[in-house]
Amino acid sequence: MSVRHALLALLSEGPKYGLQLRQEFEARTGDVWPLNVGQVYTTLQRLERDGLIRSDGEGEVGPQKSFRLTAAGGVELDGWLRTPPDLSSPPRDELVIKVLVASGVPGVDVHDVVQTHRRHIVQLMQEWTRLKRDSSADELSLALVVDAELFRLDSVIRWLDAADARLRRAASTRAPSAAPNDSVAASQLASGAPDPTVARETEISR
Amino acid sequence: MSALQLIHVSKTYGRGATEVHALLEIDLTVEPGELVAVMGPSGSGKSTLLTIAGSLEEPSSGLVTVGGMPLSRLSRSEQAALRRRSIGYVFQDFNLLAGLTAVENVSLPLDLDGVAARTARAAALAALDRLGLAGRADRFPDQLSGGERQRVAIARAVVGERHLLLADEPSGALDSVNGEAVMRLVRDTCQGGVAGVVVTHDAQLASWADRVIFLRDGRIVDQTARVQGPESLLDADPAR
Repeated sequence: MSVRHALLALLSEGPKYGLQLRQEFEARTGDVWPLNVGQVYTTLQRLERDGLIRSDGEGEVGPQKSFRLTAAGGVELDGWLRTPPDLSSPPRDELVIKVLVASGVPGVDVHDVVQTHRRHIVQLMQEWTRLKRDSSADELSLALVVDAELFRLDSVIRWLDAADARLRRAASTRAPSAAPNDSVAASQLASGAPDPTVARETEISR
Repeated sequence: MSALQLIHVSKTYGRGATEVHALLEIDLTVEPGELVAVMGPSGSGKSTLLTIAGSLEEPSSGLVTVGGMPLSRLSRSEQAALRRRSIGYVFQDFNLLAGLTAVENVSLPLDLDGVAARTARAAALAALDRLGLAGRADRFPDQLSGGERQRVAIARAVVGERHLLLADEPSGALDSVNGEAVMRLVRDTCQGGVAGVVVTHDAQLASWADRVIFLRDGRIVDQTARVQGPESLLDADPAR
């Protein structure tokens, strides 16, 4: 998975310190992907070098320095969220992260991101099915390989469908209490506070 | 000429507070020989789209044409004749008549259309033969397996000179191998020039289509591009 883009996503919510980024990264990913602090700072240095983030203050990176997303970083993040992952094994983790991350990024419609990936995967399945259709009946190995790929991709589609439905349900159950005060809803969205329900369900689905 | 066209088709049920928009401004064109799959969650409007395309229901607004003929210009009896002659339906639960044999079920649309009994039976036997069921023609539905019953339903849907095949979850509760066999038959039927529309929530079934349309809340929200050749898959990294 891309630590680099996960950090950009966290910074899309506002300026943050390195240690804070590490803690939030681990919390958002259900503590499934531990991250050492050295990796965080190395990645931040590279992001700054590439112009995707900028730091407040001079000197070496460290706990006293905070970082913020640049416009180029925003473009990079948006592009990454919408770029279909490489579906070589194991493919689902990257997709799970993208959907998890997208649900907290301000200005990104997570359902739009889900649909982008759903379409891409169905297109891949169409190509595999066509391969099976065009093969002769005695090409058993090919049929088995294609079936394996189709079932794998089908499971990804099913997860996307379930995630889409859960996110819609979560949004609709949140809506009544949030409706009287849009600014509260907006600040909750901007803070990207993880929805414990979604986090739990995601953990179960793994 | 397009086999099926839906132009700005909307369907609303109820009024006022109970008003439900099942379909909103649907534009869809299906060419002869093309198989289109419609995917979407429950309640997205998939089945409504199919019943309107098959003239089983009228849209609240918009235009539906089958073989270039606007359905709104046809009388009820003309629409019924169109359904018998040009449109074939395949349903999830097969909808075979239990008291009729396989060949009688298949010849039924032709019988109803006034085709001579001998001609209708010959056409039905030919359709069953194409689907590998020639030896089962005189069996009743309860003497057939689930896969065979669905093949009979497909034979009934394509018997005669049908131009449009409409299928709602056509593999029903069949296992994946029989489900694949059903989609292969639907695909082959379209290959022969029939236009097909399959609604399903199953991505594996949808992947047999040339094009997949995604419905949500009565609207087409997305669709796949036409399928490219599979060569790109074969050239891919062997690790895939």
